[in-house]
Amino acid sequence: MTLAAETPAPARAAPPLGAVAVVAALALAPLAFDAAGAGFWIVVLSRGLVYAVAAMALQLVLGRGGLVCFGFAAFLVIGAYAVGIPYHHRVEEGLVVLPLAMAAAALFALATGAIALRTRGVYFIMITLAFGQMVYYALTALSTYGGDDGMTLWGRSQVAGFDLFRDRRAFYWLCLGAAAGTWALVRAVSRSHFGRVLEGARQNEARMAALGFDVFRVRLIAYALSGALGGLAGALLANHAEFVSPAYGSWHVSGELIVMVVLGGFASVTGAGFGAILLAVLEEVLSRLTSHWKILLGLGVVGVALLARDGLAGALARWRGR
Amino acid sequence: MSVLAIEGLTKRFGALVVTDGVSLTVEPGEVHALIGPNGAGKTTLIKQIAGAVAPDAGRVRLDGEDVTALPEHARAARGLARTFQITAVFPQFTARENVALAAQAKAPRRLWPFSVAARDAGLNAAADAALETVGLAGRAGELAGRLAHGEQRGLEVAMALVQRPRLLLLDEPMAGAGRDETDRLIATLARLKGRVPMLLIEHDMGAVFALADRVSVLVAGRIVATGAPEAIRADPAVRAAYLGTEAA
Ligand SMILES: Nc1ncnc2c1ncn2[C@@H]1O[C@H](COP(=O)(O)OP(=O)(O)OP(=O)(O)O)[C@@H](O)[C@H]1O
Ligand SMILES: [Mg+2]
Repeated sequence: MTLAAETPAPARAAPPLGAVAVVAALALAPLAFDAAGAGFWIVVLSRGLVYAVAAMALQLVLGRGGLVCFGFAAFLVIGAYAVGIPYHHRVEEGLVVLPLAMAAAALFALATGAIALRTRGVYFIMITLAFGQMVYYALTALSTYGGDDGMTLWGRSQVAGFDLFRDRRAFYWLCLGAAAGTWALVRAVSRSHFGRVLEGARQNEARMAALGFDVFRVRLIAYALSGALGGLAGALLANHAEFVSPAYGSWHVSGELIVMVVLGGFASVTGAGFGAILLAVLEEVLSRLTSHWKILLGLGVVGVALLARDGLAGALARWRGR
Repeated sequence: MSVLAIEGLTKRFGALVVTDGVSLTVEPGEVHALIGPNGAGKTTLIKQIAGAVAPDAGRVRLDGEDVTALPEHARAARGLARTFQITAVFPQFTARENVALAAQAKAPRRLWPFSVAARDAGLNAAADAALETVGLAGRAGELAGRLAHGEQRGLEVAMALVQRPRLLLLDEPMAGAGRDETDRLIATLARLKGRVPMLLIEHDMGAVFALADRVSVLVAGRIVATGAPEAIRADPAVRAAYLGTEAA
């Protein structure tokens, strides 16, 4: 949990070689899958990368900020409808709808966060859940845009009028870029002066106020940033499935995202990203083995919670430390 | 002008009047000690001065400015620093990072999002200097949660010092510290005396009489006596109400 604090800081920022290698390997993966005739896995991994964006965004408030947000799916579904609704009106330009998705989700985060962040603990969980459900039911009532059934998009967002992302490899690389960018941003913010205040407020809120930090404001900024990234993930999800539905905003999704962060090790943004990818792959593999795969997955999550509380990130650190 | 002036401060918890029309001042350079039996309302008074608890009536002035309506963080930003009776450090940060974070509150980059806080040489140097002052230089890299209780008391003081406070509120800073640590903390505060005004709550009478310019006695939410330490020591009413049990 405090690994970052214990490693001695080098004088200058070393290039994160491990990260560059991982991104390079992920970037080459589609070529390998196509060569092996397993192009389907490109789609699975794209989905994993989209959820990785969401999970890493959630990690900022949940892992770093200690705020158990149980309504994160609202940001996703708002981002998805910020693609779907314009699409319905023939606006398919990604350079318009992606920023729109991020702005809409960030605004929602600001408005609801300003209320929710006045509460603590279980009340915060309940109020974020309630806001999430409000969005969910509001969208099911939007009959113009498919209501309960959602909307099929018949295509993906364009870039400057070009259909760049119709190709599944191109779309995969877009998702990889979004995930890598989110990882770099959340990691940088977490290690910054701002991030130290966010983390300090998690450890001892009363102490932070006595030091002169406006904890509410810091948390609200983090919440809005996290919401914006959640909106981005939602916009990507709409493109991935070429479909939007209120179901993206269901509380199950919020719960799964929390599972991804916990699986990844809670305090590690890298862990949260891999937790999401791992979950997408496991879902695929296990659902082929048995129709009761959710039980297997549940057992796995219980195992991590009991045996390896620092999750993937902790296991990796121990393996490195040997 | 007084650094701190409180006027008619009153706080009730249900039927219990914990602060009953308390007025007191801390003058520039002064160490004003506040003593009183357990449950007298000392910590609650400190919390109202710091802004963690809102009074039902009365005013709090810092350097003449009425801060009664200001939130806690805004008062801290005006130079109020505080140590907690119950140790309040960041257990998963190192000792150095605890103090650096305290210094960060007054730094231009306090909320900067694109920097590596742990590599802020200015904050780390200020932290190391403050840790040296309280005798914790050798423990800078240790997680605060793993420090001994007495060391955590010292860490609290270092966190207060590094903020360059205009007024220091100390709520039993020696509580639970060993004899050596208590002596070191008294020496540290003695060096600050004259430069940093303090409101000192302390049960350790040795510390009170070594440091205080003035002593006020709080009993059941009321100030029953204020004066020079010798006068307070000799005051029969005070002895009856409080010192009698310990100074006998
Ligand atoms: N939040 C609260 N709600 C109700 N009662 C409280 C609250 N905080 C304090 N009290 C009561 O107010 C009284 C004064 O408490 P306070 O902690 O201020 O005393 P103190 O002088 O600091 O005592 P000690 O020497 O033990 O630290 C006590 O009777 C306590 O039980
Ligand atoms: Mg007390």
